[in-house]
Amino acid sequence: MPTTSAAQSTSPPRRNPFRWRPDQQWEAYLFILPSLLGFLVFVFIAVGASLGISFLDWGLTGPRGFVGLANYRELLRDPVFWRVARNTAFYIITIVPLQLALGLTIAVGLNQAIRGTEAFRLIYFLPVVTTIVAGAIVFRLLLARNGPLADAVTGLGQLLGIPLSLPDLLGSTRNSKVSVVLLTLWKNTGFTMVVYLAALQGVPQELIDAAHVDGANAWQRFRNVTVPMISSTTFFLFILQTIGAFQLFAEPFVMTRGGPAQSSEPVVQYIYDNAFRFTRMGKASAIAWFLFIFIFGFTLLQNIMQRRWVYYETE
Amino acid sequence: MEDTNRRSTARLSVPAQSALTVALILGSLIMLAPFFVMLVVSLWPNEAFLARHFPLNQITLANFVETFRVIPFGRYILNSAIVTLIVTVFQILISSLAAFAFARLRFRGREGLFLLYLATLMIPTQVTLIPNFLIIRSLGWYDHYQALIVPALFSALSTFLLRQYYRSVPLDLDEAARMDGASSLRIWWQVIVPLSWPVMSALAIFTFQGAWNDFLWPLVVTNSDKMRTVPIGLSYFVGQYSTAWNLLMAGSVIALLPVLVIYLLAQKKFVQGITLTGMGGR
Repeated sequence: MPTTSAAQSTSPPRRNPFRWRPDQQWEAYLFILPSLLGFLVFVFIAVGASLGISFLDWGLTGPRGFVGLANYRELLRDPVFWRVARNTAFYIITIVPLQLALGLTIAVGLNQAIRGTEAFRLIYFLPVVTTIVAGAIVFRLLLARNGPLADAVTGLGQLLGIPLSLPDLLGSTRNSKVSVVLLTLWKNTGFTMVVYLAALQGVPQELIDAAHVDGANAWQRFRNVTVPMISSTTFFLFILQTIGAFQLFAEPFVMTRGGPAQSSEPVVQYIYDNAFRFTRMGKASAIAWFLFIFIFGFTLLQNIMQRRWVYYETE
Repeated sequence: MEDTNRRSTARLSVPAQSALTVALILGSLIMLAPFFVMLVVSLWPNEAFLARHFPLNQITLANFVETFRVIPFGRYILNSAIVTLIVTVFQILISSLAAFAFARLRFRGREGLFLLYLATLMIPTQVTLIPNFLIIRSLGWYDHYQALIVPALFSALSTFLLRQYYRSVPLDLDEAARMDGASSLRIWWQVIVPLSWPVMSALAIFTFQGAWNDFLWPLVVTNSDKMRTVPIGLSYFVGQYSTAWNLLMAGSVIALLPVLVIYLLAQKKFVQGITLTGMGGR
């Protein structure tokens, strides 16, 4: 980490490093001003406005009637909202654990003394930097009925002498979500891998050696030393990936347009559709606030729960 | 994040090493397969793909030429380049100025304001999407460059990460510079910015990548073909030519190239930038 080099340089004891400086007062505000203006308009005012709009019945051009909580009540009775909420829930409970497990597995593999780790890291990270739209388009082709993946599966079946065939992934209401999960795993696993790799390299070797001397086998050393030592990274990735999965949009939007029959449509696309296709600004804002409340509640809950399983060295 | 190359003392046995290498190669092939398919389909006529027969003498760049002919891809690239460059440079400058004040100047309300910034990290962009669209529209910026650029200039994450780093630089440097009569602005530009070059360049690459690939916001605030960025143009292209796989793949290759080239040139910085932000600046 670059932070350590500067922090470690020893400074002679100073009397009061942060003594009050009235001369810095206005200067400081000037430094912050450009940033603050932007935050004021595009974040603080926008958040307030968003809440306000969620209480309106507003079709962008027509009258803006105050309807109180009607938008929220309507959502609770809206079967489409429940469908897209279930879709997003599906994405979260599949993508997050798979992503963490895959990323950690690859990172552990790359943390061993073997040749070519640099090249492997480069390759596994490659999808992370690719434009998601391009990734979604190529997966549309790969996973299409009679596409290259279906060919490969059929070919493998012929090789093994058993009839194998790939079920329709993109075109069926049952499997369309699986396509989105596959694309997301391909796209994001490299990110989890790189973050885990950095964490693994920070685990003190002495601890692992000590466990080795005490007769712990490789699995026990991993399970009882490495995993607890990187738990703060796991926690961070868990939060980050879950929030990311809540906000999933571009992947299904380009690959399946949320279809067929809204079977892969996530909550965010329902916000987009309500706001910009059906011009129901109030309802769209209400969905956005539901999303916000869920993300906020989840993060809060995890921050409370983390005390049970996350280990911090500073404690 | 330095590469320590510190390996476990319990080295793997030779068969285990080979098995691991084979597994990692298989994994790499899965990761590379989409790129491979993309490239192959983009280099042959669509009939070759439909017949799953790719004779070497039919390799052609005609798909790329055709892609530029049927959609204004050059314009998309120009738009993306303009937006991405301005957003990257100015987002980091604006964040850096604010981070400098938060980290190294004393002023009333500092902690409270910083907490407010931090709190905005919790707000999903979808919450501010609709009001920001309305703000942009009322400013007359809809379907203009301003719409793509201005809201993206303010980042709580960049400000937070830079502030964390600036705090780690010894305050003695400021004191010494002030003794010599330097203003805060000079200290920022001539002491702090040069010292934090590694973290700022990593952040710049991260911001660049995010701005180049951004999808939801440009989708909402652009309408005409001449204002579309590469990802938006590409997604409309899918809608219009959903079965012209050769053209779609050529378009995807073109869209990937800029980011891929930068990634391959500055691989270490790239990974560093993502890890830095991914680990919350730790």
